Amino acid sequence: MSPEEEAEFRRRQKSRNLVVAGTLLFFAVLFYAITIARIGDG
Amino acid sequence: MASTAPQSPAQALPTEWRDFFTLTKPRVMTLVIFTAICGALAAPGAIHPVLAFTAILAIAMGAGGSAALNHWWEADIDAGMKRTMNRPLPGGRMRREDARDFGVFLSGVSVALMGVAVGWLAAALLLAAIVYYAVIYTMWLKPRTPQNIVIGGGAGAFPPLIGWIAVTGEITAMPLLLFAIIFFWTPPHFWALALFVQSDYAKVGIPMLPVVAGERATRRQIMIYTLVLAPIAVAPWAIGATGWVYGSVAVVLSVLFAALALPGGARMRAEVDAMTPEKTLFRFSIVYLFVLFAALVADRVAANLGWLA
Repeated sequence: MSPEEEAEFRRRQKSRNLVVAGTLLFFAVLFYAITIARIGDG
Repeated sequence: MASTAPQSPAQALPTEWRDFFTLTKPRVMTLVIFTAICGALAAPGAIHPVLAFTAILAIAMGAGGSAALNHWWEADIDAGMKRTMNRPLPGGRMRREDARDFGVFLSGVSVALMGVAVGWLAAALLLAAIVYYAVIYTMWLKPRTPQNIVIGGGAGAFPPLIGWIAVTGEITAMPLLLFAIIFFWTPPHFWALALFVQSDYAKVGIPMLPVVAGERATRRQIMIYTLVLAPIAVAPWAIGATGWVYGSVAVVLSVLFAALALPGGARMRAEVDAMTPEKTLFRFSIVYLFVLFAALVADRVAANLGWLA
């Protein structure tokens, strides 16, 4: 793998990792909110 | 989902996350989200805003998951058509199995999320919608029958039904009517487009009605579905499930839709033809659905505020 390919590889990997991290964080917050909402209901 | 195992030179690099996003057909999803929100807002009863948001999110994720499965299944077909040849799979930017796994994962999570947060009736309907689109439509009937658009319309008809039932928790006449409205709206909407847009469907062996049965039959079918749609669109008001706000809008829209569909249905293409009636009908069909569902919500809001006695 050339240095350019290596850099592109890292860039894509990093952006994917950030998207996955953001998604997980979003769902952690969402499930907390769902829990509160459902307890409140009932 | 992710694999760094090289399959072809283009596959030595990890797939961009944007290509996974593309698999979910974001533009189709906007209509799914709009009709699902309208279904939820028009339903009688109350639901916690967080749970309402979660229901819409689950519907959107289910639509995205089944769209990814559609990309996976139709990769070869997409490669043969100009409009679709640059999608992530035919474009060689993603491994085929990754699209399949992404679709299955997204679909599974959407159903589980709906079940846990909102209710299992809505979750079961979401699962049915996903199976209907990805298996019954994409894999089975689309390549086999020129009525494929009618079948496909059924998939698009699920979101307002599920949105409504996420709020009420029961299947009643109204959500079924919302389903029927989109079901009968889709064929005239799509076939009007198919009349004036040259497509490559014939080349890849998908039996679209104008190609298989000809232009005259397509125009007749547009008229038939438009005339069937009219009483269904007015039905929510006729059975007393909505007020005059929705009723009057539905009557006006139905008359306009029929007035635009009938001239196009009766005529035949001239030697040199700008296809103006067909283009007008197609554009109006989009306005029709948008305004009809907006009126449904407006009717509910007006009723809740006590404006409709």
